Amino acid sequence: MTVALPTSTRPTVIEVNDLVTHYGARRILDGVDLRVQQGEILVIMGGSGSGKSTLLRHLLALEKPTSGRISLLGHDITQMNQFELYALARKMGVAFQGGALFSSMTVGANVMLPLREHTKLDHGTMQIMMRLKLEIVNLAGFEHLMPSELSGGMIKRAAFARAIIMDPALLFCDEPSAGLDPVVSAALDELILRLREALGMTIVVVTHELESAFRIADRITVLDGGRILATGTVDEIRGSSNPRIQNLLNRRFEEETLDPDAYLARLTGEGAPVR
Amino acid sequence: MAEARPTAVLRLLERLGRASASGLEAVGFGATLLSDSFWWIAQGRRHGQVVRAAPVFAEMMAIGVRALPIVTLLSGTIGLMLALQGIYSLRQFGAEQQVVLGVALGITREFAPLITGILVAGRSGSALAARLGTMTISNEIDALRVMGVNPVRFLVVPSLLALLVMLPCLVLWSELVALAAAGVYVAGELSTTFGVYVQQVNRAVTVSDLMHGLGKTAIFSVLIALVGIIDGSAVKGGAEGVGRVTTNAVVHSIAAIVFTDMLFVFATTR
Repeated sequence: MTVALPTSTRPTVIEVNDLVTHYGARRILDGVDLRVQQGEILVIMGGSGSGKSTLLRHLLALEKPTSGRISLLGHDITQMNQFELYALARKMGVAFQGGALFSSMTVGANVMLPLREHTKLDHGTMQIMMRLKLEIVNLAGFEHLMPSELSGGMIKRAAFARAIIMDPALLFCDEPSAGLDPVVSAALDELILRLREALGMTIVVVTHELESAFRIADRITVLDGGRILATGTVDEIRGSSNPRIQNLLNRRFEEETLDPDAYLARLTGEGAPVR
Repeated sequence: MAEARPTAVLRLLERLGRASASGLEAVGFGATLLSDSFWWIAQGRRHGQVVRAAPVFAEMMAIGVRALPIVTLLSGTIGLMLALQGIYSLRQFGAEQQVVLGVALGITREFAPLITGILVAGRSGSALAARLGTMTISNEIDALRVMGVNPVRFLVVPSLLALLVMLPCLVLWSELVALAAAGVYVAGELSTTFGVYVQQVNRAVTVSDLMHGLGKTAIFSVLIALVGIIDGSAVKGGAEGVGRVTTNAVVHSIAAIVFTDMLFVFATTR
């Protein structure tokens, strides 16, 4: 179920221009452009090594790009100092792949942490808000457990609760369905859709799960080798004639054209043969 | 074989160069961490990043109070051992009455700070590295940053403050226990009373001896905290990596403590 939204009339909340990044000498992202409108669910797709996780880390200002501009809610985060970034972070929520719950705190304390750090609310109010968010992610009554006592799916849901505790304008999800069984994964997709509907968030999801992407996305961006192959609605991406996209969609293994000389050189461990 | 030697030398030089560079880098990182920590303690409130008391007390409990039993046991044993060795060696020229001076100065100036420092490095420095390492590989540090929480203020400052307060307390306690244990043996062996022993200790130990011990203890606290954090945050790989950085932290902090101790003594006693 994909809700077609008149996104064109809404303000742009995420804008990436010509983003280039390196890891050492290796180029990871190569001229990435991206726009996300308010209230939209954008799914960033791509195989392993496509640069999708790197792109997410840059959107979260966890890395500094080589060049390019990343604007979140109208602020260029590549030009912001530490304190401006901390202030902006209050309007953002992030659900990390492994949950990244603090293992020394209970689930409740984890979910309440942003409130405790950024607001002056009294403890009772914070607890009510924490339970409210745990209700939303179907974890009511689990606030006294430690993260180690939760299953993988529950950890992810608790991480969602922590990500949305401040009612952020932007929500980022890293591989929400990775490593989960199909039922739990479908429940998380449903949760993402509900969050957008109920709280009007703009949501960016990084995933390599096709089913999940088609289910939740308003638009999909396909990354490949650090470049954007295509950006479009679910139907546009499905109907794309680009062979690489079709390979990704049909889970087709891409056979590399075999160069016998290079193959031999790889096997013998020598450099590329002189021709 | 002849042409193999220069490459071996080169390789050795390269390794030496790399080790020096990474060592310098660690020192720089440590200095940044330390200045950042004090900056957050002083300025955090202005930027909405308060250093809270509760985690500091929790760390003080873990680092200080929970270490009391083992510190007590080891200090008592070392006090006794020093008295035994002191009387044995001084008896060779009939000067065993002087043992109190040696034991009292040895404990307050050297043994209590060194043994307690090494013990806390093994207990808490390793725990700090393991925690930082685990948090790094499970994205918890990233999670803090994207929540707008400064990791130095949130994780480093409480441990550093707790160590700065608790290590000197532990050292004072260790001195008391070691001196008392030595006194029990000395009083029995030299047929005096414990009261006389206490008077002799009082005469032997000056405030500056105590300050010598506590002064280097303060440096040890900073070393244990910084080494634990630097090694912990340098984690690579999964659980195995955490094990490695934990071992590194213990080895590095004990080495740093012993080496700093020597420098401190060299600089203050000549």
